[in-house]
Amino acid sequence: MLALLAAAGDVGGALGDTPNQPDLLEARQMQALSFAIHIPLVCFGIAFPAMVMFMEGLWLRTGDPVYKALAKRWSKVMLVFFAVGVVTGTILSFEFGLLWPEFMATFGGVFGLAFGLEGFSFFIEAIFITIYVYGWDRFPPRTHLLLGVPIVITGMTGSLFVIGVNAWMNHPVGFSVVNGQVTDIEPWKAIFNDNLWHEIVHMYLAGYLVAGFLVAGVYARAWLKGKRDRYHRIGLIVPLTVAALAAPAQLIVGDWAARTVAENQPTKLAAFEGLNETEKGAEFTIGGVYTDGELQYGIAIPKLLSVLADHDPEGSVQGLNAVPADDRPPVNVVHWSFQIMVAIGTGLAALAAWYLVVWWRRRRLPDSPWFLRAVVAAGPLAVVALISGWVTTEVGRQPWVVYEVMRTSQAVTDADGLEIAYVVLVVVYLLLGAAVVWLLRRLTATKETVG
Amino acid sequence: MAEVLVGLIVLGLTAYAVLGGADFGAGAWDLTAGGAKRGGAVRGMVKRSMSPVWEANHVWLVFVLVLAWTAFPVAFGSITSTLYIPLFGAAIGIIFRGTAFALRGEAATIGEARVLGAVFAVASVLVPFFMGTVLGAIASGRVPVGNAAGAPWSSWLNSTSLLTGALGVVTGAYLSAVFLAGDSERAEQPALVRAFRARALGAGAVTGALAIGGLAVVHADAPRLYDGLTSGGGLAMVIASGVAGAATLTLVWTERYGAARATAAAAVACVTVGWALAQDPYLLPPGLTVSEAAAPDATLTALLISVAAGMVFVVPSLWFLYRLVLQGRLDQSYEPLDQRFQPLRAGDSDSDSERRAP
Repeated sequence: MLALLAAAGDVGGALGDTPNQPDLLEARQMQALSFAIHIPLVCFGIAFPAMVMFMEGLWLRTGDPVYKALAKRWSKVMLVFFAVGVVTGTILSFEFGLLWPEFMATFGGVFGLAFGLEGFSFFIEAIFITIYVYGWDRFPPRTHLLLGVPIVITGMTGSLFVIGVNAWMNHPVGFSVVNGQVTDIEPWKAIFNDNLWHEIVHMYLAGYLVAGFLVAGVYARAWLKGKRDRYHRIGLIVPLTVAALAAPAQLIVGDWAARTVAENQPTKLAAFEGLNETEKGAEFTIGGVYTDGELQYGIAIPKLLSVLADHDPEGSVQGLNAVPADDRPPVNVVHWSFQIMVAIGTGLAALAAWYLVVWWRRRRLPDSPWFLRAVVAAGPLAVVALISGWVTTEVGRQPWVVYEVMRTSQAVTDADGLEIAYVVLVVVYLLLGAAVVWLLRRLTATKETVG
Repeated sequence: MAEVLVGLIVLGLTAYAVLGGADFGAGAWDLTAGGAKRGGAVRGMVKRSMSPVWEANHVWLVFVLVLAWTAFPVAFGSITSTLYIPLFGAAIGIIFRGTAFALRGEAATIGEARVLGAVFAVASVLVPFFMGTVLGAIASGRVPVGNAAGAPWSSWLNSTSLLTGALGVVTGAYLSAVFLAGDSERAEQPALVRAFRARALGAGAVTGALAIGGLAVVHADAPRLYDGLTSGGGLAMVIASGVAGAATLTLVWTERYGAARATAAAAVACVTVGWALAQDPYLLPPGLTVSEAAAPDATLTALLISVAAGMVFVVPSLWFLYRLVLQGRLDQSYEPLDQRFQPLRAGDSDSDSERRAP
């Protein structure tokens, strides 16, 4: 670790000189765009199989065909999302090499193992999701339910390993840099780094929030249109309950995440709140624009940042100017994405509390149509919070691709024509987005059989 | 250890070439099936055969990429940065292909199905072509070590790469026709069996001619590769591939599609293995050997342990999947792709009981 810190920023790219890439920003945006498309699908990979199996389990216990109809319908959606996720995930694998060859060439040996393990998870997931979805009514019911278990497990392990790589990029361990060369590689240590645990729990809960609220939103819309039969009622309550339980837990995990960032990446934390000077009792600003070294036009809450970062109102929080200007992330992007995530997360927790309190006291859903409207809005908002969270952590890591070891500008490809690729990719994703929206409308327009 | 990992990468490539290649080939037959009405039968069969397996088949590509960047990171970075144009093309093709295929299952009108089908089919031809040119570029020694150090266009637009690209397309079509003939037989569709038998024989002949004629191209363009393919292990594999290919044609001719499945796969496997042997000990000929390119031992050991552990789960799972598929337990009822759009059959086949919903 000492060697690593001493050599910070001095690693040499394994492919040779630092590239001179004028379109670095385009490369970053292409990668970010591809992640933004893929990550919501990952949420369904994490959370949806368990929800489908829960529904099927209810059918097995009660014999009520409505449960089976819902489980079957959801499983088809699950397969479509998985298929699109296979594709968008493959694109990411390509982009790692196409856009960041120096990063891959220099550190592939350190973090690659995690992707190997993820690959196997993905493999087993692909196999069993097929068997499960095409196997309805082809196996004894209990066997069919068991065939879903590997999907649930691999959905979680797959994301675990990928997050392991991201956690490592933010908190690189398991190697040393000697004379610009990466040596003493310990791949297991690299995957299972300290940053992994809060990131993965945060992401699992995000998966349940996104999938839960999005699915609940579909049935909430049907309720608003007056379809209040048992099918739509169960379709609303089960995912809503899942999301409502995850939402408050996410606040607690978010707090854990913030404290870990304060410890491991103080510059990133300072960017969250545009804190220039290291301070004791630092304030938390809602809104505001970072100009001339401070957040202006925001609402300041005294000492709250110290409380969040340190659980101590007088705690010291490191400022941005503890590192050279070249080593700081773009503050406004990080600040705003952080604020959007926190605001939406808090709102979703409030919505969850509304639902849970009414349910606990009256054993029914809140009456108000505004509640249903809020549930409809909650799904897309959860996606926005998800993307904002990733922007917070990934833009907050800049200018480093491997935190304090390799700069993003060192990692990028030396090839020409990135602008063209960028335009093509945007067009392709717009088409993909339109196609998925079309499909979801189609799937919600047709009804599932009960029986 | 590095050699073991090269072996695993070749294994993964072979699996992708056989299984993924057959899926791409199925897309090629979808493309050439004719108008909506006339081609409906072939398209229906393609859809029925591919639906349960295409995701699993596709994962082999991810497996190869992951092994390559972990075990041979410098080679991976050099390949991706030099061959970014065909790789980007393949990536875009993969997006279109996978999405269009997944969505076509939900198409409600023949018009929608036609658009999605066309996208799927065109992408199915482009992806193996681009992938083939990438392999040709590596084999003919056009990828130097470095960040985008090779020529962006001529590295993959040259006679060897165009040959391998074309081989990628026709090989998939040939494999796919053999597999689909067997699937049609299982689905008891004699007309389709005949249709795919004819396609298998035609595509097999084209593939064989292209492979043999291609040796002349390689001789002129990439003499080192030619020497590798015509001596030692490379030569043995080329011969074995020819034998397996001829055996497949005979088996298809005599309508023994189960055995033909195996020999067709073997013919393709011999080509990938033969290619690996032909350029041994180089990973990126002529400059970078396998041992020079390999990641440190700690990484290779951890990777091998993971692969071994992963295979413990994946191999039985795959066996289970293909057994179910070949036993027909996951079979969807066959219907020509145009028929589901006729008024009475609209929607899911089981949706008529919806009225019973409380």
